[in-house]
Amino acid sequence: MNKTDVLIIGAGPTGLFCAHQLGIIGLSCQIVDNLDKAGGQCIELYPDKPIYDIPAIPECTGEELTNNLLQQIKPFDVKFHLNERVEKLKKVENRWHIKTSSNQEFDVASIVIAGGVGSFEPRKFPLKECEKFEGKSLFYSIKDKSIFKDKTISIFGGGDSALDWAIELSNTSKVNLIHRRDGFSGAESSVQKVKELNDQGKLNLYTKYQIGSLAGNEKIDSVTIKHDDGEEKEFKTDYVLGFFGLIMQLGPILDWGLNINKKTIEVNTENFETNINGIFAIGDICSYPGKLKLILSGFHEGALAARGCFKYAKPDEKLRFEFTTTSKAAQERLGVKK
Amino acid sequence: MAKVTYNTHDSKTHTIDIQNGLSVMEGAVQNDIPGIDADCGGGMACATCHVYVNEEWLDKLPTKEDGEEDMLDMAFEPKQNSRLSCQLIISDELDGLVVNIPSKQA
Repeated sequence: MNKTDVLIIGAGPTGLFCAHQLGIIGLSCQIVDNLDKAGGQCIELYPDKPIYDIPAIPECTGEELTNNLLQQIKPFDVKFHLNERVEKLKKVENRWHIKTSSNQEFDVASIVIAGGVGSFEPRKFPLKECEKFEGKSLFYSIKDKSIFKDKTISIFGGGDSALDWAIELSNTSKVNLIHRRDGFSGAESSVQKVKELNDQGKLNLYTKYQIGSLAGNEKIDSVTIKHDDGEEKEFKTDYVLGFFGLIMQLGPILDWGLNINKKTIEVNTENFETNINGIFAIGDICSYPGKLKLILSGFHEGALAARGCFKYAKPDEKLRFEFTTTSKAAQERLGVKK
Repeated sequence: MAKVTYNTHDSKTHTIDIQNGLSVMEGAVQNDIPGIDADCGGGMACATCHVYVNEEWLDKLPTKEDGEEDMLDMAFEPKQNSRLSCQLIISDELDGLVVNIPSKQA
């Protein structure tokens, strides 16, 4: 059981800055995120794209912003639990117990949901029959590539994951790469490589095709693909891989009894608490009149939610407002007091 | 101002007036038309405002930027007449536009 004052759900910029604000006022926290690294949408959707509206930072990338925020919370030694999704929530007297997808348990005084637009999950094929093969002969990510050796693999997608795996697996497997158009979103060098391999007969590239159907009982025997003009092709395949990027889903949070409106959680604007006492929501996932989905708004929301958490973590103490410039206590917590 | 018609997957039709400068996505979200999620809020970063545009309108729409076709790779059942509705900015020329909302966004 991990005991801490606050559990932050989501390691995007809003969650990270909230950890800073908690640290400044002397509360401890830990952070859970479903991705394998901190940064949230900044890292997953636009690590290299510039952001121009962070106050006092004329221009930075999503990755730079994330790194700076991580640097800023370093003094507080915040513990991260990555690749984990929160699942179950239980009220135990005046504390909350939370369980994650890998059965980690937390005992906290309050919870800050900074979950963006939900946790990132792989986007799946539209076909119903895909479900029964998923995890056996159909995958959306690769954990053990050795199972593909000397087999026939059909890869769908046109981004970097699809191209990189097509190139790599073509060394040891028979690879079909299927994409819905002639253009690719992956790196140009990978596109060239795939075309070369196709010309050399080391890989079969099918463009303007999409998945039509799958056949097989326990495992996939064959896949049918459909051209834009309606023509169909069927070929034998042992495995099907789909790389269509990630989608964001609210997941188990939906079942916690929170007031949800259009996939966002309603909060008050005094301290960003939800309809459930002790549970706060900040950043893109919260909604209130006038809400702007800007990173700077998330920072503001995190600062107020952190102060809202104080009375749950330290019910017998009073929180005094202080500036980091002059507060001895804050500077001690930051480790900068001379 | 343009009148835009949204056909939802359950065969319902919604026709609304949208001010110039707003997007077809914003028109749907502001008017509670179901089936357009717009998770990223119009940043061309998610493909959950995907629509099919009626053929006769295809060449009248603003052309696709590079990123839009890349995002459409991620959409649910993309077709040749697929567009991201956040990229369709309303002008008088789009008066009468008809879009069809797919059965799912993800």
